[in-house]
Amino acid sequence: MIHQVEIRDLNFGYGEQLVLKGINLTVPKGSLVAIMGLSGCGKTTLLRLMGGQLLARQGSVRVAGQELNHMNEAQLYAMRRQVGVLFQFGALFTDLSVFDNVAFQMREHTRLPESMIRDLTLMKLNAVGLRGVQSLMPAELSGGMARRVAMARATALDPALILYDEPFTGLDPISLGAIGRLIRQLNDALGATSVLVTHDVQESMKIVDYIYFVSDGVIVAQGTPEEIHASALPFVHQFVWGEADGPLPFHYPGPTLKMDFGDERGQA
Amino acid sequence: MRGAWGHGLRTVGDTTLSIVGRIGAVVLFLGQILRHSGTSFRRFGLVIREVYFAGVQSLIIILVSGLFVGMVLGLQGFETLQSYGSSESVGVLVALSLMRELGPVVSALLFASRAGSAITAEIGLMKATEQLSAMEMMAVNPLARVVAPRFWGGVISLPLLAVLFAAMGILGGFLVTVVMLGVDSGAFWSQMQAAVDFHHDILNGVIKSLVFGVAVSAIATFEGYEAPPTAEGVSGATTRTVVSSSLAILALDLLLTAFMMKGWN
Repeated sequence: MIHQVEIRDLNFGYGEQLVLKGINLTVPKGSLVAIMGLSGCGKTTLLRLMGGQLLARQGSVRVAGQELNHMNEAQLYAMRRQVGVLFQFGALFTDLSVFDNVAFQMREHTRLPESMIRDLTLMKLNAVGLRGVQSLMPAELSGGMARRVAMARATALDPALILYDEPFTGLDPISLGAIGRLIRQLNDALGATSVLVTHDVQESMKIVDYIYFVSDGVIVAQGTPEEIHASALPFVHQFVWGEADGPLPFHYPGPTLKMDFGDERGQA
Repeated sequence: MRGAWGHGLRTVGDTTLSIVGRIGAVVLFLGQILRHSGTSFRRFGLVIREVYFAGVQSLIIILVSGLFVGMVLGLQGFETLQSYGSSESVGVLVALSLMRELGPVVSALLFASRAGSAITAEIGLMKATEQLSAMEMMAVNPLARVVAPRFWGGVISLPLLAVLFAAMGILGGFLVTVVMLGVDSGAFWSQMQAAVDFHHDILNGVIKSLVFGVAVSAIATFEGYEAPPTAEGVSGATTRTVVSSSLAILALDLLLTAFMMKGWN
């Protein structure tokens, strides 16, 4: 099987603290893979390593068979032309209109005539259902619309790999379902490979082919949505069913309740 | 007592090292801007757009300030020169003050406050909202696409603004001394024409404002690019731009004036 992304024995950290420890992960070509875990578990860091924004401390990150750690700046930029990224809040360029945002990469990287750029841009906007907002500025869009425009921009050059960073955050149920379906449709229509970083279990289970669970910088479980749904692993069960009690603590480690409240109350 | 001295000395040392380190970082950043300036010259429209935002939109404050500064210079100069019986020379005083010093320095200080802080805030907010990261992931270098055009926009704008500031100042001086106080118009202009030297006064003033333009634009883009991606981080960066730019302008003015005066002798 050909892998679009292949990560082997990856270690990464900020300063002394290791954020990712011994990660092994593959994303087959044409598939849609989700990386899930609690906030702060290292999911977005993993996504940034796939895009070459961060470099592995140890181990290997290969995208389309190329080792990112050995690339110079020019090679990295050449690789990124094959990658589309949807940032958590869209990251649309606020000084450009919706149309200019989507056309940005075409103008930067191709010598296409403006008439063709116009047609391609409108096609991309049509694919996300927003051809009618082409002249608006990003500040005039709702959160869901901005996310869809960002998706049109991320797929502007028909990338081979699309990385989605928390695409469902802060969306209403209708936009959430629409964005989920769009991610699946775009992946299949473009023949691309997609990696989705999210903690929205129910929505992503409907659209992805495979799921990796990350906790405390380690992959603790993996499988197809059906396998994950049926899993008896305490971690997976707690995460999928959103239970407060389980191996994942709700409270950040700190002094005991008695130390913070009990003694003082007793003294009072 | 020795502990207090030691602590004070350590604080002075730390602050000095931090300032020197910061200057070094700005100079290295300037080198990176120059390395990535090719795009700015190939697609000069990007620079023209920044000249509009940094230069044209600063015109009102520059022109109005220039007019008032020239008027005050005229008033002060007339008052002083009149007591020596040479009030006709007030035109020379106004023109030389504006072209050599006040034009380049005051317009650079105003430029740092209006355009410099705006450049820092814009780049800092682009960083905080991941627009620069998005650009990087689209295989577009933000240094070439965002930073360099803003830098060159500032470098081109400031000398033009300084010349306009000086011109408005001279007009302000003329209005106060000739129109209001009755100084002879012919004497005002002819003495100015005889005393002002193109190379020593006008060209040196333009050179000063060019150097100030490089300094302010480099500091403004550096502070924006290196700003912590938070509201507090961006607000701190804009403040640092204004403070650092103002100090850099005054320090560079001293150095340049010393070199230029040496050239006159």
